[in-house]
Amino acid sequence: MFGYTIKRLIQMVVVLWAVSVLVFVMMSFTGDPTFMMVPLDATDEQIAQARRILGLDESHLVQYWRFLSNIVQGDFGRSFVFRQPAMTLILERLPATLEIVFLAMVMALLVAIPLGVYAGANPKKPASRAVMAGSLVGISLPGFWLGMVLIFVVAVKLQWLPSSGRGPTTEWLGMRVSFTSWEGFRHLILPAITLSVGTLAILMRIIRAEMVEVMKQDYIKFARAKGATAKVILFKHGLKNALIPLVTVFGLMLGDLIAFATLTETIFAWPGIGKLLVDSIYRGDRPVIVVYLMFVALMFVVVNFIVDVCYALIDPRIKIK
Amino acid sequence: MSNSEQVSSPLLRVQELRTWFHTFGGLVKAVDGVSFDLAPGEIMGLVGESGGGKSMIGFSIMGLIDPPGRIEGGRIEFDGRNLVSLSEDEMRGIRGKEIAMIFQDPMTALNPLYTIGNQIEETLALHTALSARERRAKAIEMLHRVGIPQPEQRLNHYPHQFSGGMRQRVVIAIAMIAKPRLLIADEPTTALDVTIQAQLLRLMRQQVVESGTSMILITHDLAAVSQMADTIVVLYCGRIVEKGPAEAIIARPRHPYTRGLIDSIPHETAETDGPKPRLSQIPGNVPDIRRLPPGCAFAPRCRFATEICRTTDPVLAEQPAGRSSHPHAVACHHPLAVSP
Repeated sequence: MFGYTIKRLIQMVVVLWAVSVLVFVMMSFTGDPTFMMVPLDATDEQIAQARRILGLDESHLVQYWRFLSNIVQGDFGRSFVFRQPAMTLILERLPATLEIVFLAMVMALLVAIPLGVYAGANPKKPASRAVMAGSLVGISLPGFWLGMVLIFVVAVKLQWLPSSGRGPTTEWLGMRVSFTSWEGFRHLILPAITLSVGTLAILMRIIRAEMVEVMKQDYIKFARAKGATAKVILFKHGLKNALIPLVTVFGLMLGDLIAFATLTETIFAWPGIGKLLVDSIYRGDRPVIVVYLMFVALMFVVVNFIVDVCYALIDPRIKIK
Repeated sequence: MSNSEQVSSPLLRVQELRTWFHTFGGLVKAVDGVSFDLAPGEIMGLVGESGGGKSMIGFSIMGLIDPPGRIEGGRIEFDGRNLVSLSEDEMRGIRGKEIAMIFQDPMTALNPLYTIGNQIEETLALHTALSARERRAKAIEMLHRVGIPQPEQRLNHYPHQFSGGMRQRVVIAIAMIAKPRLLIADEPTTALDVTIQAQLLRLMRQQVVESGTSMILITHDLAAVSQMADTIVVLYCGRIVEKGPAEAIIARPRHPYTRGLIDSIPHETAETDGPKPRLSQIPGNVPDIRRLPPGCAFAPRCRFATEICRTTDPVLAEQPAGRSSHPHAVACHHPLAVSP
């Protein structure tokens, strides 16, 4: 386990370095952010001064070297726009994204597991077929469209839930969060539903496919021969054997949602990191984009690490090395 | 042997059991009109070639026939209750507690994700009110009884840490721990090394004899059955072709199919010199059970078959030689003469 963790840490550093290079190169060829910051009628001297302040007057190599050495010292650069450390910006916005993503994932699991187990254990029943057909719809629905429909129907027509923004927040473990108050929680619901539908449908199909295979196994029949109840057969003997692929995909989707809840956050004017990314791209706020993408890479490495640990926890035949 | 108990009422009485499978390829009469009795403490061998419907009799008794299979008719009376008419929930209370089953392949019968301790205790957790501590103590005792060394430690191990033979011992422990009154062993040694087969058969026999459990040993291995069973039922294409006391069937088979099975057992011959006699075999294959020939299903492979065999079903009839309460019955138009 210890050796494995070390290996993963080294791997993480390598991944982060590679991402930093890629992102930096990409950024360097996507326009000059100086023109986004100076007034339209700025003089050449003013522009040159701005470049100097932003550190853009030097060669790319020097810029990259300075960027890298700053990172190693814990300085991830400052936003051109906000004049604040880019990392601080991301960390400030992160709780908002985590909130809707975790609520979405919990909702997805709560629905996907029972439906997937049922459909997998009774693949021929009409209800199972209906569930599978429904999941296809869920996969096919574009998230932004679903979000707009939800806003139109639930928020505008029915006026049950707020359509945008984060609502009141309170301090919880040093983060600003919404879910602690009822009004804040109401703001969470629509974005979370929008995020969860596609994930739910995919997770459910994976559980179902695995359960169909698992239910054919001898140990299921043996459990039945022991007189096990349907609950024990399905959830103790069945579901646990179907979990490995579920955990794999769950990890990937979790990372994906945290990193790229962009569309949903934009539609619901949700002040999370996804919206920060979009805004930063518009403003050419290079340091924020770079740190954001590195943060995403880091997160995927961590999620994969957790997934690997989960494998070993689920299946005693898997040893992490 | 349990001759003293054979006068008492049977523990299990199967009557005209028909288990059919409605497949796309046609109707498969896997079990077609099978009847037999099993006395308390009796060991019955259920013998036949692969595909003969042996396992389906076991699964029918357990109530574990899945669609497209169905019990179409007949009765399975266990201790006076007709299992066929019980609800799934009532049946669940009987499975594992009253009737236990051992599967063919110990490599796949155990759930890979749980310790064997967990899987042994599960049977008790499902059927008894014992505390976790008591269940554990019983599991240790049971593992000890089936010959697994250091049961206290082994309890915490996972199936993949056991060899095939050891796993089958665990499966036997799971089946026997709730002290069932009937044990159905479905080809329990087929998947194991030959060297271990005899060990495990002996172990199973010892376990059921000690606890007075009845056993149905489903196998294609007539040699194993001859050493274990009190009675033998020979099955061919879903029907009983011969049944009776084990010694009588082994010594004086009346059905050509039984005779063929016995003759295909390799014998240890005393004389080592000279060429060994060729192992005899039954010509041909088991016919497609969806398209059985009219008359006796064995007729196409039978060298004694005559016209009547190809047109008329033989009836399972008691043979006059039968004296005991387990008469020797055979379904054949031309039963073999008693002298071998």
